[in-house]
Amino acid sequence: MTGRLSALLAICLLAPLLVLGPTGEARAQSDASEEGSGWTFPEQLDIGISTNEIAISPNFSGADITVFGAIAQADEFLLAIGSYDIIVALEGPRRPATVRRKERVAGIWVNRHSVRFEPIPASYSISSTRPLDSIAKQIVLSAHDVGIQNIRLVPTGQIGDGSMIGSFREAMLRIMQQSGLYQRDPSGVQFISQSLFRASVRLPANIPVGGHTVRAELYRNGQYVTQKTIQLRVVKTGLEQFTYNLAHQYSLIYGIIAVAFALFTGWLSSVIFRKD
Amino acid sequence: MTIYLPIAELSVNIFIILGMGAAVGFLSGMFGVGGGFLITPLLIFYNIPPAVAVATGANQVVASSVSGALAHFRRGTLDIKLGMMLLIGGLTGATAGVQVFLMLRRMGQLDLIISLLYVVFLGTVGALMLWESVNSIRRAARNEPVRPRRPGQHNWIHKLPLKMRFKRSKLYLSVIPVLVLGFCIGVLTSVMGVGGGFIMVPAMIYLLRVPTNVVIGTSLFQIIFVTAFTTIVQATTNYAVDIVLAGLLMIAGVIGAQYGVRVGQRMRGEQLRAGLALLVLAVGIRLGLNLVLPPDEIYSIVTGSFG
Repeated sequence: MTGRLSALLAICLLAPLLVLGPTGEARAQSDASEEGSGWTFPEQLDIGISTNEIAISPNFSGADITVFGAIAQADEFLLAIGSYDIIVALEGPRRPATVRRKERVAGIWVNRHSVRFEPIPASYSISSTRPLDSIAKQIVLSAHDVGIQNIRLVPTGQIGDGSMIGSFREAMLRIMQQSGLYQRDPSGVQFISQSLFRASVRLPANIPVGGHTVRAELYRNGQYVTQKTIQLRVVKTGLEQFTYNLAHQYSLIYGIIAVAFALFTGWLSSVIFRKD
Repeated sequence: MTIYLPIAELSVNIFIILGMGAAVGFLSGMFGVGGGFLITPLLIFYNIPPAVAVATGANQVVASSVSGALAHFRRGTLDIKLGMMLLIGGLTGATAGVQVFLMLRRMGQLDLIISLLYVVFLGTVGALMLWESVNSIRRAARNEPVRPRRPGQHNWIHKLPLKMRFKRSKLYLSVIPVLVLGFCIGVLTSVMGVGGGFIMVPAMIYLLRVPTNVVIGTSLFQIIFVTAFTTIVQATTNYAVDIVLAGLLMIAGVIGAQYGVRVGQRMRGEQLRAGLALLVLAVGIRLGLNLVLPPDEIYSIVTGSFG
């Protein structure tokens, strides 16, 4: 499985340093130097993947995608002593989420309290050159929305008891990590030459379909430098997508087909296995 | 080998699903039941979302009831008029049930209500069946004659107004209990994903006093239409019918049923009923334990538009 997808996502050739050639199909969009600190770094980041669409086949059981990138205008000395860190995150489509908590009522476990959150990434997979806490301070990471613990979880709607929010947040992150939808790989980004790096980001088997974002961030000695994003679409392959669309857009026809198929199966078995 | 279920949106092991379908098909063939009350809990145990399990279960029951109903139709052992009256009640009940289903799903209480209903119904029906079959096994062992029920025995149901003549069943009966029975079964079909035969058959025999020879055919007749209708309404209201899952279950189920029928014919009636009763009780107890035992994770997440 991994091999298949990696082959699909072949290397997008990236010239190091100044040559930011649009060689890949998916071209990174530039949004560097949006720092409010007033301090701008000369370094630029360029990343690429060979495809902007991933098709989920019926027997999909997870895969890795490989993102290639380069640091342009890097300081040779800082590169040599390893002062640069890269974080690559794959963020799934945002969806509203509700977390519910069960409580024992008359001996039975019942969903009692719930907290509804503003749309959160349906999946989040992060790879980095080192564990996040050794790349930058918590406050820096949090300011740039990077890391599972820094995903913004904003409660919405009726919030009865504010003291519960914290435990609901924790539970959300815990469950998402257990299900594999949120995952981290603190050694998933590797330098393959002085300024060229390769990041492998894990796609879970239950990856949600829709628009995903690949976001790479460059850090220098614990300070945020710049970032690049690439859009990536995850779609189901032919028949699955067709079935899903039919069920949601032409649900009456879909229902009738489901019944017709059942009637046919029942009738066919009575013909095949008829005893007389 | 895994297969992706497009509506449940998860990958499952195809052999587990086929095995489940075949096993339930075998049991339903052996005991002469639809199998919806086994399929839905099994799917839930296998982590299929309860909403999908219920809606898909209804679809699967259509297939497992058709071959039986066709056989009864050929032999003429079904009362169309009585079936139609049950059906009117059933379709109304199914419509109401799907709305209840949608409401419970929005409130986050669907899983609980489904489990509770299963525990109550499976527990009650299982216990009654076990009691009855153990008694008849003991009677058979002591060679006691079975006391036949006196014909013409009337209860309060036969005093209700709006009477109607059902020729095939040789009954002159108020339509009110028939409509009410149909309605209740319709609600159960849409909320639990069952055909409801395990409740309808005893109710028809003991409450309505329908002759035994037309009971099965008539109940199957109404089950097909109510489950078919429920499938369509579930598909349009809750988008919860997974055609891939249903297809796998049906194909394995109808094949399994053929072998089940053969084994069933070699067993004695009361032993079969005792076996079925134990099975029903076991499923009920298993679901009941899930409600009572502390769960591993007390939090749950619902993403998307529901919740």
